[in-house]
Amino acid sequence: MKPPQKKTFTWRAITESRIFLPVVLLLLVLLFDFLFIPGFFNIENRDGDLYGSLIDILRNGSAVSLLAIGMTLVIATGGIDLSVGAVMAIAASVAGILMNPSALRNEVFFVTDPMYTFAPLWIVIGAALLAGILCGLWNGMLVAFMKIQPMVATLVLLTAGRGIAQLITNGLRVQITYRPFALIGQGWFILPFSLYIVVFMLIVTTLLTRKTALGMFIESVGINVRSSYFSGIKEKYVRLIVYVFCGFCAAIAGLVACSNVRTSDANNIGLLFELDAILAVVIGGTSMNGGRFNLVASIVGALVMQAVTQSMYAIGVPAFALQAIKAVVVIIVILLFSEQVRGFFRSFGAQKKEVKS
Amino acid sequence: MSDENGFILKMEGISKAFPGVQALENVDFTLKRGEIHCLVGENGAGKSTLIKVLTGVDRPDAGKILLDGVEIKTHSPQHAQTLGISTVYQEINLCPNLSVAENILIGRETLKYGRIDWKTMNAQAAEILKRLLDLDIDVTKLLGTYTVAIQQMVAIARALDITSAKILILDEPTSSLDANETQQLFKVMRKLREDGVGIIFITHFIGQVYEISDRITVLRNGKLVGTFETATIPRVELIAKMIGRVLAELDEMSSIKLESSKHIVAEALVKARGLGRRGAIKPFDLELHAGEVVGLAGLLGSGRTETASVLFGADKPDTGTLDFDGKPVSDHSPLGAIKRGIALCPEDRKDAGIVDELTVRENIVLAVQANKGWFGHISTQEQYAIADKYIEMLNIATPSADQPVKNLSGGNQQKVILARWLATNPQVLILDEPTRGIDVGTKAEIQKLVLELAEKGMACLFISSELDEVLRTSHRIAVLREREKVAEFSGEVEEQTIMHTIAGSES
Repeated sequence: MKPPQKKTFTWRAITESRIFLPVVLLLLVLLFDFLFIPGFFNIENRDGDLYGSLIDILRNGSAVSLLAIGMTLVIATGGIDLSVGAVMAIAASVAGILMNPSALRNEVFFVTDPMYTFAPLWIVIGAALLAGILCGLWNGMLVAFMKIQPMVATLVLLTAGRGIAQLITNGLRVQITYRPFALIGQGWFILPFSLYIVVFMLIVTTLLTRKTALGMFIESVGINVRSSYFSGIKEKYVRLIVYVFCGFCAAIAGLVACSNVRTSDANNIGLLFELDAILAVVIGGTSMNGGRFNLVASIVGALVMQAVTQSMYAIGVPAFALQAIKAVVVIIVILLFSEQVRGFFRSFGAQKKEVKS
Repeated sequence: MSDENGFILKMEGISKAFPGVQALENVDFTLKRGEIHCLVGENGAGKSTLIKVLTGVDRPDAGKILLDGVEIKTHSPQHAQTLGISTVYQEINLCPNLSVAENILIGRETLKYGRIDWKTMNAQAAEILKRLLDLDIDVTKLLGTYTVAIQQMVAIARALDITSAKILILDEPTSSLDANETQQLFKVMRKLREDGVGIIFITHFIGQVYEISDRITVLRNGKLVGTFETATIPRVELIAKMIGRVLAELDEMSSIKLESSKHIVAEALVKARGLGRRGAIKPFDLELHAGEVVGLAGLLGSGRTETASVLFGADKPDTGTLDFDGKPVSDHSPLGAIKRGIALCPEDRKDAGIVDELTVRENIVLAVQANKGWFGHISTQEQYAIADKYIEMLNIATPSADQPVKNLSGGNQQKVILARWLATNPQVLILDEPTRGIDVGTKAEIQKLVLELAEKGMACLFISSELDEVLRTSHRIAVLREREKVAEFSGEVEEQTIMHTIAGSES
């Protein structure tokens, strides 16, 4: 019996690794910031809590990072979930209405007591997460059991989801004043609290996929459904569970987002976030056809998107021009992922080897 | 324009290296006008690389290519085509959802008043098929409605018609054709030979090599073994040259078969009574015994794969009963089959077998892991142990267990799938075309393995298009015709008898 092969850190192994490109991209963006934005790397210590542009990237990127975790698994099975932004809004609405049900009586009720809430915190959070899971279950049923194409199936919730969210809040924006809930998005514990949620979810998901066989099943289903089925993998349940999990992640992201703005706004929470999440996964090197995935790379992908946004704001690019700049970044990423460019990296490695010998 | 010996193509001293492999080393190859030239060799011998160098997919590191005595440097398949070198690949790259005429003339449609003139186009396509291949079919029907053989011929017609091809390369065109279809294709090839086209024909079927070719070039491990006149080299010698060793294994096999037949258990392990599925296979009775190899013979589409699929549980039967080890089976699913101890190596290796981007190790442990479920995770250490065990046992040629399985040759991919199923410790092993598209040496290895497994007490169902292979390995043979089991033979059977049964004529 041979011992497990040791990983070798050659140039080739590094450039072929899934995490290589996203990290290089992130470093490039940070290098840009270092050269052109004075004080970007300053970190301020206020009563033991850390503040600064870098921290902001992590904090503002946390919602997309959470979405990217769920989205990575969905895309790895060869699917896609367009509804995550809408699911965020649904979860936020559920949470909002449970803390401040005044909207249901069609009146705007300004709560002044920061400790006032209609339902206790665990019910608020539990109900919101449950809403996300139900949404995921719906998507998963459509895709896995009704055999509807993932893009079409999740389009249903993308369009209907915000309507549902509006129904829950009676079409009103719900103010959230309950302070313990605000901690989720605004709390600080040396680092922003939402960051801990991301790290926690990342670790849990990594354990869930890599310390069980689920990760391999997801990849196998994404690469070849028929072979997976013939090998005895219950491909329908694998698909179902990734959509459920993605809905769950979207619900957490929704809680973070509404807690951050202290408002449950069905129209704007998570708007177009699905696109950023998909992009993050693509930057993270997971093929849209499904297959191999790397959760850390997806998170780095989410941070790349956030870092670009943050940097553009910092050098004074107006908000409306931001989308165009993001598009440029996307084009660069896609080019970097093409076989041609990868081949260039490879040949560069090969040349180096020749020089040595 | 060609030189005095009638050579239209000369490849001299071709070498090509890929990272870690010398795919071709100083190989010479010549092709005459109006010749069918077979290119043979085991998987990894360098046949594909030689073709890729010729068609401009890969650049040679050394050597030169002379077409009609003029040196050429092909830089893409399109460029090769304009020079008169056309290729038809094993996987047909046409559009099954377009009509035959559209497929032939796509990109070159005749226009009338700015719109496609369907009438002229259909007539033109029909004329091309008639003129080039002597083929008379309805060109307005969708390509996908025709058999693979016809599709292949449409691909040939398209390849020939775009430019007046001087050289036609056929890369394993017969691997998915049955005997009739193959004959159809051969007729076309003979006609093209008369028209002066030089044909390079790649195949794994030795019988076909002798049937159709004028000369044979043998490659082994990237080196040229030699070029021979077909009429002057005996089969055994050709095979010996291809695999570089003597086929003593074949004799060895018949003795194993004889020995193992003594260990067949009388009690049936799998018992199908009136088992059938509408539109797939008519109700049939079949018993599989431990220690026995049962062969399934029949033409392509006779219901062989469907029989396997119903026995395994990938498709649910709608009539009849299936007993396993005396107990009726109710859970008809692959997972249920694995739990019972039934394994199926499916016919379609690429589509239903390998998971190409996963590593050899992951491919091997896949079924075992599926059986254990999500939380019965097999540790990486154990996975390596399982993978290494079967890599060694089945002699799988791979640099390491961490190699993506798509980088392996066809024969080795097949062994990986075999390993996946052997790892589940099955009592019943169903092999659907396990030797298709793989080289002679590996074929013999797999046949021998099947007999050895039976000897150890496994019940095997062996399905193959090659009758001699079925005869060589099976203790008992069931014959299928038109989705129905028509006969069963045990003991020594004449090849002729089975052929007559397959054909449906009483002998």
